[in-house]
Amino acid sequence: MTRKPLRRDRRDNLVGWSFLSVWTVGFLVFTLWPIATSIVYSFSQVTIEGTGIQQAFIGFENYRRIFSSAVGFSFLESVSDFAIELVVKVPIITVFSIIIAVLLNQKIKLRGFFRGIYFLPVIIASGPVINQLIAQGAATIPIVEEMGIVDLINTVFSPTLARPIASIFQELIVILWFSGVQILLFIAALQKIDQQIYEAAMIDGAGPWESFWKITMPSLKNMVMVSVVFTIINLATFSENPAIAHIKRNMFALDTGFGFSSAVAWVYFLALAVILALSVLLLRSFQREKVRR
Amino acid sequence: MKNSRLQRLKKKLLGRQGTDGILGRFLLYSLLVIIGFVYLYPLIKMLAYSVKDLEDLVNPVVEWIPTKIYVENYLTSWKVLAYGKTLLFSLLVTLLPALLQTVTTSITGYALAKFRTKFKVVVFGLILMTYLLPQQVYMIPKYVLFFRMGILESAWSIILPATFGQGLSSAIFILIFYQFFRLQPVQLDESAEIDGANPYQIFLKIGVPLAAPAFITGFLFSFVWYWNETYISSLFLGQNLYTLQLKLLNFQSQFNLTQGLTQSMTNEAIRYAATILIILPVLVTYLVMQKWFVEGIDRTGVTGE
Repeated sequence: MTRKPLRRDRRDNLVGWSFLSVWTVGFLVFTLWPIATSIVYSFSQVTIEGTGIQQAFIGFENYRRIFSSAVGFSFLESVSDFAIELVVKVPIITVFSIIIAVLLNQKIKLRGFFRGIYFLPVIIASGPVINQLIAQGAATIPIVEEMGIVDLINTVFSPTLARPIASIFQELIVILWFSGVQILLFIAALQKIDQQIYEAAMIDGAGPWESFWKITMPSLKNMVMVSVVFTIINLATFSENPAIAHIKRNMFALDTGFGFSSAVAWVYFLALAVILALSVLLLRSFQREKVRR
Repeated sequence: MKNSRLQRLKKKLLGRQGTDGILGRFLLYSLLVIIGFVYLYPLIKMLAYSVKDLEDLVNPVVEWIPTKIYVENYLTSWKVLAYGKTLLFSLLVTLLPALLQTVTTSITGYALAKFRTKFKVVVFGLILMTYLLPQQVYMIPKYVLFFRMGILESAWSIILPATFGQGLSSAIFILIFYQFFRLQPVQLDESAEIDGANPYQIFLKIGVPLAAPAFITGFLFSFVWYWNETYISSLFLGQNLYTLQLKLLNFQSQFNLTQGLTQSMTNEAIRYAATILIILPVLVTYLVMQKWFVEGIDRTGVTGE
């Protein structure tokens, strides 16, 4: 009697791992080994010769070069540009998708139709397509150009700030195009709110405005976090991101190579991790403050 | 008397709650339509410009409606993209990895949802890590690995990782399947077991059929993401293999190659036509399967808990 559950457990374990085996083999070969090797490369001078790939340990030299050479500086600059971009784009995308989600959550006709339109960009927005749209000027609303908003930004802000801010207006539609998944996330969260809470609040004399801030927004709290993390990762790994273009460019450049490129990739990952951690902390403290008040 | 009439009018216009009233409704629909238009604006512009000939392009009066439909742009970009041949190759490195990735991630998700395996927490942690760690970090050793395996610059370099559940966004699909299989009633499995079915039969006969929505959604997203991916594929496929997206990325040089010109002779109309040709397969898929894309996110429980 006492042995039976034990055997069942063991069988469960074995069968479970047999289901997991394909993934495990893949993980070891195509993910874990490359990650480990990438760390080794980042501390090595990697040269490609006719006979194969030679690597020599050089310590932190690659990392030192990122912070002391022209190639490294141009990478770091694109990372800081990206960080500034995030500061503006993430709030825009988050606020915009909440607004759209709230609008779509009303009792409206043609809801599926509108939802279909707002989700469409997720389907077609590949790097080259967005590239073409920006290059041909189809990514902006004509009003932006006509009203001279870009010129205004260039005169008001310092050049370092003006560039990213102007690009936001020039690519406004494309930025909004990155909200498809987030809109659906927020709609799902909205639909979980019990309608009776709204009715109770209305009886107590709360208007729609108060209901929104006191009921809707607090219920979206967790989803805001999920959406922000998703947005940052999505933008960070987008194929046209200038920061990740450096990694590929340096791979085949004569003076840098695989070793330096690997170091650049790890620095980029660390920067991304810091950005993610900061955003999560910022959101947490902001939310806590609200509760205290 | 007059007062109550006024009140009724007010109620009709402003409504009792939120967007009940005529004014609220009007505002709501106009916002939805305006934003919808802004969203579609690039597509509409693309479509309008792609049928313009040179005269229409330089004519400032002709903005939205071309004076005539000029199909030549499409014919040119069709030739530049070598559309038929490139489409076939694109489908090979899109549909096949998507299909194989769906199969593997479903098996993996099933294992995590149904069995008390040892080190399950570790596996979960590793799966989450593969989501958070950008591909860029470990793509260089992968490049070397594929080179040594002799599959660099071939479709295998895309297909093989997908087969082993290490493809594009595999982690997300594993979590989708995990969520979905976890919600399936255990009683079904148990009664099948009593009838003498082994775990693999239970998976194939009960788990898979009941998870059809997750499979469809997973496959569709997989397909679309593989279709749109260029960063990794351009590295692994090399200089000689092109998907449609990669041809668009290098459209200018492709154009010069096929037209035998060294001067820049493309115009925006030709480029827009090419862009439309490239989004066409996914656009059609979306129009036909829209429900599965949008509701799939809800239904598969990605957004839950």
